[in-house]
Amino acid sequence: MDNNTIAAISTALSEGGIGIIRLSGDDSIVIADKIFKTKKGERKLLSFSSHTIHYGFIYDGDEIIDEVMVSIMKAPNSFTRENVVEINCHGGILVCKKILNLVLSNGARLAEPGEFTKRAFLNGRIDLSKAEAVMDVISSQSELALKNSLRQLEGRLYEKIKELRDKTIYEIAFIESALDDPEHISLDEYPERLTETVNYLLKEVTSLYESSKKGKFVKEGINTVIVGKPNVGKSSLLNVLLGFERAIVTDVEGTTRDTIEEHVTLKNVSLNLYDTAGIRDTEDYVENIGVERAKKYADTADLILFMLDGTRPLTEEDEQIIDLIKNKNVIVLLNKIDKDCIIDKEDIRKKFSGEYALLEISAKESIGIDSLEKVIEDMFIEGTISSKDEMYITNIRQAEALLSAKNSYELVLNSINDGLPEDFYSIDLMNAYSSLGRIIGEDVDDDLVNEIFTKFCMGK
Amino acid sequence: MSETFRNEWVENVDVCVVGAGHAGCEAALACARLGLETVVFTVSIDSIALMPCNPNIGGSSKGHLVREVDALGGEMGKNIDKTFIQSKMLNVSKGPAVHSLRAQADKADYSRSMRKILENQEHLTVKQAEICDVIIEDKTVKGVVTYTGTTYMCKAVILCTGTYLKARCLCGEAITYTGPSGLQAANNLSTHLIENGVKLRRFKTGTPARMDKRSIDFTKMEEQFGDERIVPFSYSTDPESIQKEQISCWLTYTNEETHKIIRANLDRSPIYAGIIEGTGPRYCPSIEDKVVKFAEKERHQVFIEPEGLYTNEMYVGGMSSSLPEDVQLKMYRTVPGLENCKIVRNAYAIEYDCLEPNQLLPSLELKEISGMFCAGQFNGSSGYEEAAAQGIIAGINASMKLLGREPVILDRSQAYIGVLIDDLVTKDNREPYRMMTSRAEYRLLLRQDNADLRLRKIGHEVGLVSDEDYEKTLEKERLIEEEVLRLKSTTVGASKNIQEFLEKFGSSPLKTGTSIAELLCRPELSYEALAEIDPERPFLPEAVIEQVCIHIKYEGYIERQKHQVEQFKKTEKKLIPEDIDYDDVLSLRLEARQKLKQFKPLNIGQASRISGVTPADVSVLLVYLEQQRLRKQHE
Repeated sequence: MDNNTIAAISTALSEGGIGIIRLSGDDSIVIADKIFKTKKGERKLLSFSSHTIHYGFIYDGDEIIDEVMVSIMKAPNSFTRENVVEINCHGGILVCKKILNLVLSNGARLAEPGEFTKRAFLNGRIDLSKAEAVMDVISSQSELALKNSLRQLEGRLYEKIKELRDKTIYEIAFIESALDDPEHISLDEYPERLTETVNYLLKEVTSLYESSKKGKFVKEGINTVIVGKPNVGKSSLLNVLLGFERAIVTDVEGTTRDTIEEHVTLKNVSLNLYDTAGIRDTEDYVENIGVERAKKYADTADLILFMLDGTRPLTEEDEQIIDLIKNKNVIVLLNKIDKDCIIDKEDIRKKFSGEYALLEISAKESIGIDSLEKVIEDMFIEGTISSKDEMYITNIRQAEALLSAKNSYELVLNSINDGLPEDFYSIDLMNAYSSLGRIIGEDVDDDLVNEIFTKFCMGK
Repeated sequence: MSETFRNEWVENVDVCVVGAGHAGCEAALACARLGLETVVFTVSIDSIALMPCNPNIGGSSKGHLVREVDALGGEMGKNIDKTFIQSKMLNVSKGPAVHSLRAQADKADYSRSMRKILENQEHLTVKQAEICDVIIEDKTVKGVVTYTGTTYMCKAVILCTGTYLKARCLCGEAITYTGPSGLQAANNLSTHLIENGVKLRRFKTGTPARMDKRSIDFTKMEEQFGDERIVPFSYSTDPESIQKEQISCWLTYTNEETHKIIRANLDRSPIYAGIIEGTGPRYCPSIEDKVVKFAEKERHQVFIEPEGLYTNEMYVGGMSSSLPEDVQLKMYRTVPGLENCKIVRNAYAIEYDCLEPNQLLPSLELKEISGMFCAGQFNGSSGYEEAAAQGIIAGINASMKLLGREPVILDRSQAYIGVLIDDLVTKDNREPYRMMTSRAEYRLLLRQDNADLRLRKIGHEVGLVSDEDYEKTLEKERLIEEEVLRLKSTTVGASKNIQEFLEKFGSSPLKTGTSIAELLCRPELSYEALAEIDPERPFLPEAVIEQVCIHIKYEGYIERQKHQVEQFKKTEKKLIPEDIDYDDVLSLRLEARQKLKQFKPLNIGQASRISGVTPADVSVLLVYLEQQRLRKQHE
């Protein structure tokens, strides 16, 4: 495992600026050479010497993906003491991801959290005194990755992956129990049955993979939540943002979670707008629903739009919400300024510590929406808010895992068609099972043995 | 401390083996054969290598273990080859990795034959005595004390107490404090082990009733024959010498009536009534368990198997139980063919003390008590073959220690034995552990057909395999290699007679020339069939041809696993120092830290297999170890 070549996007992902895709490992240069050509269309990365930088293009087959600068650092004179290649592209989330995917499909493996640093240390590149920091990076990054991946996987997608995994392990357990106890459990006519199941699994995992490739899987953007007590105008704001001429609304039916979300692209910024307003219409909620909602999203949102009704004084409920969100990225919106406003702005300022924007708007009359958009964009450019980079990585990780599960299912079908014996099927089924497990952060451990014992009656 | 009665007599030996079951026999033989003065103790000389449960050796994955024990120079394979009454290769329609040999044994003959081997082994003494105490000074084992008070001073002890420690047998409301088959239990040793800091736990298992053959109506059952061509277990047994007439087994089924009786009497089952505290195995459930847990199944298979040639006792496979005698009679008599059955021995459940095996090193020596080795069911496994496998390893390693040599530790890529011991010492097993092929991640490489190629060398180095036997293995290796090479380099063209040959076997015609090896990969073409177009072929033994075919047909898969093994070996080589303080590794998650402290893995590979230790924890550990190494270097 340790000798593999790893790759990752090593810059913060944003729409502007330069993006760097970094590779480290024995095959870094070989892999980069497969996708890079110089201005003259030559493939000659392998012939360049260490510590040089080259201008050219990244190709996906015949198609040019981006104009790039590629730097080469050969072992042991690099950050990790391995062969390192850095591809400087024009940035942009889409381009970075595309290049990373290309690198991965040409033989690199996605770096584990903190893996570059780990390699640098293990190869003696980082000072002894930094070891603690290195360990912290590894454990915190991997926690973050897991948290992100789970955060994005609530709801139906999680259930789907679980279902596919359950079906897979059931089949493995069936095969294995028949192998362990051939006199009690027979595999007669089993390949036909398995073909049917695997065809289904393959179809499902392929469609998940396709949607992940299109980026529909986990929407990439700033997770933005509108909070506020009932009747402050949250729905109106949502509608006005969605109805905005420049806004693009994507429908992600089938992959979204139970919460309704909308994807909105303002000039340069993508928002995942969490529309929880719908909940209220169907259920007779008590007054503190606003608090509950704020609680739920305060932890995970990148940006909170906190709405207040300017025509009413601050209530206890407003204050409760403020308590929950005051340390987050918040924009306070005083709504209904088209009417008589009585709310005390100073009072609000006192409640929040630190910097934050307070805007006066009228969602109903579309007043102040331009300013809101500008403020969000500024915050993004200044880096006050960023959709966490891990999310993009998570997305790639998931796509990678889905692809590998898909390949494994295809291998099972091949084995069946080639008339290989049943024990060969379980090898690839197990690979699919563990790939899918990576998506939901579950490893294999003793799952199989447990499944065998609970589902199948063994002899003696 | 509780006092043990001691008389004045003191014997001095090298190794004391406690118990003469399947683990104890292999352990004692290994030590004695390596020249160490060895005593093996048993509560009853008549119960050496006793088979108190099923009357067979081998079966899926267990057959692999027997072959491995044999390759290392053990006795089990040879002994069953001498005493079997039916033999069958299981899973022959499946891949070569899961073929598995199983033989029905004549139990009495098996036991007698093993006793003869033990009794005639140089440097080995068989002694009937219960061991009550183990003498331990400075965390080092010094000797054992018998119930009659004699002291045996020694340099190593191998505990193979099976199911005898504080054993309790249950048959409904009737409880006896005996070992298996009514044999004397060993009631004294547990206390002294606990006093010496050894952690014990309680497991249970069970066995079905034995019937009088004359009371069974076999016309209502399906006859189960052995294989026409018998394959021996041992690599040293000449296949021709064991072709003989075999005895049949019989198949019948339970039915709704059986299940009704069981359900109506569950309150009288000690397990369901909560009288049994031990943890039982899920893989060989009692018939009560089957009926409760698999309620949707209308019937369960019941195998009637002979216990030997000179007895009328028949084993009722598939119906182990701890229900009371009257319920047993009622229940068994609902089964077709058993309507008038007479029970010779009742079914019963047995509870016993055994070790929490995470206290063991992979050499099977206790981490905290130098010279104390443990093997078999005492380590929380189940099965004769699992016991024998641990027995030979414990025997070898006790000897290696006394001879000042390195222990033999087989890893997961070398042998099922390696998987078995690694699982026992690094996993949190909550029930008696049974070997299964699915537990071996490299099973394509760990086949029962190549155990000699994998392990003979180690057995020879240890000193348990003779030069002559080892030469045979080397010769086999050479022949395999040559023939694989020859088949790969011998090509045939797309000529008329070749195309006709292919057509005859329903194989697609050739477009260009190809090697015989490539043709062999086609499922419809066997090695035998290809003889017609392969005139230069040398004469080769069956066993060599088998290896050649497997090698060529499954090359892709085998190569893939070999690659995985290379990766695996790397992590196994990264050692974790014994004195590591996990509290010093701050970035480890709490759960991981607790698990690592509990299991004390010897290397990074082991650490990564502990459940609750994530890849990130392993990375953190790697960085920590490197940091420590650098620090030492600086000092």
